[in-house]
Amino acid sequence: MVKAMRSPAEVTRDLGALRDRATTIRRHIVEMLAAAASGHPGGSLSAVEIVTALYFGGYLRYDPRNPDWPERDRFVLSKGHGVPVQYAALAEAGFFPIEELKTLRRIDSRLQGHPVLGTAPGIEASTGSLGQGLSIGFGMAMAAKMDQADWRVYVLMGDGECQEGQVWEAAMAAGHHAPANLIAIVDYNKFQLDGATAEILSIEPLKAKWESFNWNVLEVDGHDLGAVMDALEWANSQERPACIIAHTIKGKGVSFMEGENAYHGVAPTEEELALALGELGETLERAETSIERNGTAQKEAGK
Amino acid sequence: MKSLYPGLTLGKATRDAYGETLRELGGQYKDIVVLDADLAKSTKSFAFAEAHPERFLNVGIQEANMVGMAGGLASSGKVPFISSFAAFVILKGFDQLRMAVAYPNLNVKVIGSHGGISIGEDGASQQSVEDIALACALPNFVVCVPCDEYQMRAAVRAAYEHKGPVYIRSGRPKAPLIYDAVPRDFRFGKAIRLREGADATVMAYGLMVGAALVAHEQLAKEGIHVRVVDVPTLKPLDEDEVRLAAVETGGIVAAEEHLTHGGLGARVAQAAARLHPVPMEFVALGDRYAESGDPEALMRKYGMTSEEIVAAVRRLVARRRNGDES
Repeated sequence: MVKAMRSPAEVTRDLGALRDRATTIRRHIVEMLAAAASGHPGGSLSAVEIVTALYFGGYLRYDPRNPDWPERDRFVLSKGHGVPVQYAALAEAGFFPIEELKTLRRIDSRLQGHPVLGTAPGIEASTGSLGQGLSIGFGMAMAAKMDQADWRVYVLMGDGECQEGQVWEAAMAAGHHAPANLIAIVDYNKFQLDGATAEILSIEPLKAKWESFNWNVLEVDGHDLGAVMDALEWANSQERPACIIAHTIKGKGVSFMEGENAYHGVAPTEEELALALGELGETLERAETSIERNGTAQKEAGK
Repeated sequence: MKSLYPGLTLGKATRDAYGETLRELGGQYKDIVVLDADLAKSTKSFAFAEAHPERFLNVGIQEANMVGMAGGLASSGKVPFISSFAAFVILKGFDQLRMAVAYPNLNVKVIGSHGGISIGEDGASQQSVEDIALACALPNFVVCVPCDEYQMRAAVRAAYEHKGPVYIRSGRPKAPLIYDAVPRDFRFGKAIRLREGADATVMAYGLMVGAALVAHEQLAKEGIHVRVVDVPTLKPLDEDEVRLAAVETGGIVAAEEHLTHGGLGARVAQAAARLHPVPMEFVALGDRYAESGDPEALMRKYGMTSEEIVAAVRRLVARRRNGDES
């Protein structure tokens, strides 16, 4: 079910158009991180298809002109270090001007280094201390349930984050109270800051863990946009909390960052940015025009 | 054994007044949602649960998740009141209080019961002696410790009416009555002058307010007249009352059921140092944990009694007599 979407951004099931959007978001990510000269490329790039499907595949209900619209769906980025991917999507969706992305991490910017509620429009929770987003999202889901409202909550977590005990407190509680409007997505990119998740502290068997906490679970290739959308479709149809384990590649889309954990928390240099944009330019088909269109629409909306 | 609060009548425990008031408020305001972490019968939030089960969630024994949930509920328009023992909700939920409540400045009310060491026999793991220091460390939080059942009723209402995070500490034992009715003029940030005296001021919160009143009577017999100020709000502190105490009485004793560091004494000293420095003395737990035992025996052994306040005032008066005046 595609819910009514109140966004000037293009909502589409056309995979070509969505792939272009994903590529545009990747370009924004590397550009804003290079401009900031700090930040987390790897875990931002791994989540691009997930975030693209949510914001532009028609799954997240939102109104960029009314970010606090009570009936909106909530997207909680629990892996807060990946916020460049959310800022890029929010800008593309028209929540704020695309030019503002270049202010990331600068003094006086709304685009804080990790998400902060009440700064950039469209941010739903303050995160960055890992493990907390699912509890917050669960609280939101219960608020909707109490009000018999039909909005949903999507919480995006990292795989390393699943080492935090609070994740499993929230998973157990949500499994018990079973709000059907709560969807957790694990961006399983196999790495954490210090190295491979499997070596530092294995979270496996991850699917069995979520299932044993009474969640419905689906594993998916997190870079296959069609598969991610099918998974979201599936999650929305569940009658209890659903978890999508999205297998991803850290740094996806930039050849020298893919699976290279050195780019967990190191921004690209100017030379690396040029290389990255070159690669991403080759995969870009129609996105440039869509940037111009949204940038113009946003400017007009801001008048 | 003599009562800790001779001459004062014991009222209800402040935790009981919390539960009863919350139940009333719940009938009045439909946006109140109450969470508890498997201590509802002890924190008394079960009084709300009985009357409004559809707006009560027992989250089980998981304080961190409870605090995070409260943030999500608050950002969705609810007014969550969350309860557990103070030692658990503040200490186990501290990072969550920071990230999901204080930093986003959300409308969450945190009620930590079993504050201080007067919970008695359960021992130091259950006794909350750091909660005031920690709660006061969180920007945007109001921090309040009512001294009796009437003040607690006013504080719970004020917490609902205040838009933003509030921490209220409640107590397990019956508390001596300081007031004879729910104070109509209660507001956060306002201290209440209970007794006048020109020789020194005793500032206190919680059970130590009763002890301060007893000390006032005892000292009067010795010809020492102390002002007694009830300071239910630790943050924001009533700095004007601190200034007046310093200027008009020349010395301050801070009395509290908490570590000596980071609580009322520290906050009053910081304000006085800036506004009008005067000698101070501190009646508190010190830098240590307590143990199991009868609540009154514990309060005596660990030095949180009217006698300790009397001794502190005498020290203060002696210091000033010896010329130790700033």
